[in-house]
Amino acid sequence: MTPGNALRRHAIAKAFHFLCATVTWAGVALLGVLLFHVSYSGFMWLDGQFLSSFPSRFPEKAGLNSALWGTLWLITLTVAFSVPIGVAAAIYLEEYGGKGKLSRLIEVNIANLAGVPSIVYGILGLVVFVRFFGFGRSVLAGSLTMSLLILPVIIIASRESVRAVPGSIRQAAFALGATRWQVVRSHVLPSALPGILTGVILAMSRAIGETAPLIMIGALTYIAFVPNGPMDAFTALPIQIFNWASRPQQEFHQLAAAGIIVLLAVLLLMNAVAVFIRYRTEEGNK
Amino acid sequence: MEYTPNADQEISENEQPILQLEDVTIRYGDVPAVQNVSLAIARQQITSIIGPSGCGKSTLLRALNRMNDFIPEANITGRILYMGAELYSEETDPVDVRRKIGMVFQKPNPFPKSIFSNVAWGPSINGYREGIEDRVEKSLRRAALWEEVADRLHDSASSLSGGQQQRLCIARALAMEPEVILMDEPCSALDPVSTARIEDLMFELKKRYTIVIVTHNMQQAARVSDYTAFLESGKLVEFGETDQVFTRPRHNRTEEYVTGRFG
Amino acid sequence: MTNGSPENTASLLVGKVRFHWKEEVIRIALFLCAILSVATTLSIVVVLATEAFTFFENVSLGEFLLGGRWTPLLVPRSFGVLPLVCGTLLIVAGAALIALPVGLATAVYLGEYAPDRVRSIVKPVLEVLAGIPTVVYGYFALTFVTPLIRSIFPSTQIFNAASASIVVSIMVLPMVASLCDDSLRAVPLSLRQGAYALGATSFEVTTRVVVPASLSGVVASFVLALSRAIGETMAVTLAAGATPRMTINPLESIQTMTAYIVQVSLGDTPAGSVEYQTIFAVAALLFTITLMMNVIAHRVLRRFREVYE
Repeated sequence: MTPGNALRRHAIAKAFHFLCATVTWAGVALLGVLLFHVSYSGFMWLDGQFLSSFPSRFPEKAGLNSALWGTLWLITLTVAFSVPIGVAAAIYLEEYGGKGKLSRLIEVNIANLAGVPSIVYGILGLVVFVRFFGFGRSVLAGSLTMSLLILPVIIIASRESVRAVPGSIRQAAFALGATRWQVVRSHVLPSALPGILTGVILAMSRAIGETAPLIMIGALTYIAFVPNGPMDAFTALPIQIFNWASRPQQEFHQLAAAGIIVLLAVLLLMNAVAVFIRYRTEEGNK
Repeated sequence: MEYTPNADQEISENEQPILQLEDVTIRYGDVPAVQNVSLAIARQQITSIIGPSGCGKSTLLRALNRMNDFIPEANITGRILYMGAELYSEETDPVDVRRKIGMVFQKPNPFPKSIFSNVAWGPSINGYREGIEDRVEKSLRRAALWEEVADRLHDSASSLSGGQQQRLCIARALAMEPEVILMDEPCSALDPVSTARIEDLMFELKKRYTIVIVTHNMQQAARVSDYTAFLESGKLVEFGETDQVFTRPRHNRTEEYVTGRFG
Repeated sequence: MTNGSPENTASLLVGKVRFHWKEEVIRIALFLCAILSVATTLSIVVVLATEAFTFFENVSLGEFLLGGRWTPLLVPRSFGVLPLVCGTLLIVAGAALIALPVGLATAVYLGEYAPDRVRSIVKPVLEVLAGIPTVVYGYFALTFVTPLIRSIFPSTQIFNAASASIVVSIMVLPMVASLCDDSLRAVPLSLRQGAYALGATSFEVTTRVVVPASLSGVVASFVLALSRAIGETMAVTLAAGATPRMTINPLESIQTMTAYIVQVSLGDTPAGSVEYQTIFAVAALLFTITLMMNVIAHRVLRRFREVYE
């Protein structure tokens, strides 16, 4: 090996290192550009009037009121449906299912469901909830559709945190003559709870930002009222943003940006809560 | 008690057997872990099971309160009688077996809860709500832990030292008022001082309870137990009174093992 | 030792097995929750199959899959899905061109070069990028990326494939990076040390040892990310246009399968008409493609993990 060759090889290695670092930081910078662009375009529209007004043909009168309430309704119902079912499914798979063929099938099925495009869930919701069950274009139909969409996320996250509960705890409880459900309720669930909560929050952020399934079930209508019950029609934050962004006028684009600021603020807040829970748990385990 | 040559695998006729193993074979899938073991566990005595790593002693111990049920590929043939009732009959409730036959594990495994809740949980799931404080205190006293924790019962169990945690696990098992306590190398994760405390405790406990202990520490077996079973490669090589097994072993392998020539 | 008194002995005996009815009810309830996921998959298949079946009573499968003109809403109607597939592929190809190398390079940087402190900054940033709703990316494409492209190529149409492609690549980048990171980390340290001990440079260790050893994991990550890009809806609806067209020019307006479905559901096409049923046929095709990619990728990933576990 000649020294010249060695020098060249080291130069290549350095260049490669530099390249990898550059693209990585470019990705980080991109997030900055995106956030800056959105804030810059939207911040001047962000005021109390914007949050308290209903949608309007006139940009200066338009606001997010019905969208915010719609999202709140949607997420509350979605969580109420999907969290108990998702956690129960995770517990079944980890604590009861064993390694049989059926468990294996369910497992593969969940992994693949997580990869189904969200618009396909929208079509499912349209046919099953809106039409077949006759829920119409209601909050109920929307949240049931959204529940199916985020169930795989909740199940996968809950399974991971249930699996992380040490086996020695289960053994100790079984050796005291506990039944399986007693072991799960008193020891597995409490220990897994922080991880499950983190997963639930992530799934909720997914549901808050999802747009396509709601468009499919027909949430994109001009809604100038706040839903009063699960059977009412509704709009939601991302739908409103989509609506404004798809109009040609500059002012509506800026409204969309303002809506995005609100949406991202909500998501960021939820992420902060998730990070806080994770941090508390790690501290607790020390 | 006189040594009787034919009495291999039997306990003294003065003793009452609480557990009897008859031709017990335990397999993981097709691989046998314990083969054709027959022996009796004397009531309110300490029986130790010794043998080199992987000889099947833990598997055998876990068979005594059906903890192997949780390993799907494990299967057992032969009979284990507890007070004359078959442990592995279709009619026997494994949950009930574990209430009567408690277990202490290799590493202390307290629940991530308070000291009080650790001891109170077993009785509470079995419907004992009244007098639970007394029960916790009694169990902690019997486990020789009361003096150390009486003023901080609601602290987390993880704040205890390793030796204290293991005694807490013993108290937790005692709170169920079991007949038999199985101990799976209970001192292997402890320092010598904590080990000595647990051994003292075992002498106290045998006034009320039957203890079966698995250990790889031969001095411990010799110090604490009344009977000793020596297992090698899943087979019972020798079983008898501890004194006899350690001083006058009948088999060469036993002698080689207890004198430290292998294992 | 004395014998226990008779009543004492009786209480020592183990109980007969009881039917733990509460336990059984709970087990069945939990099982039903778990099996719901299978029911969901079955419902998707049944819904898409029955609705698409009605469509194929009117339009032949051959015309649908091989036809080169997609004008179901205009007269003369034509139901060749290829322009939508082509539009989707154009977006995916563009996104792959950016996201795959950048994602892999990010994973290499994080796994092989970056100090822990950098990791602890970059990882959360990637998570935030992954958590940004797709409609936001659509807005970003429309109001930031498109003007940028038009300032370089003035002939670019307002709605164009390039802009959507770029934001889709940003969208799947975190997924590629994090899955590749997992795969690279699965390669044992000893393999790296062995290569370094032979005097290899970091570049040689990465490209000739680490990446080849984790190749199947990396490729599976790519497939998963591409499947995600195929199913992406909002960014392409907002930025790529509504012009089904067979083109490879990224500066033109196109339409993807997903954007078409949104377009129909936003319009007032009467339910039950052939035009309306097209969305089920297109969705069935979309579901089939993404499902196949996911199944294959998950299978490859599982094999890959087994190798190093």
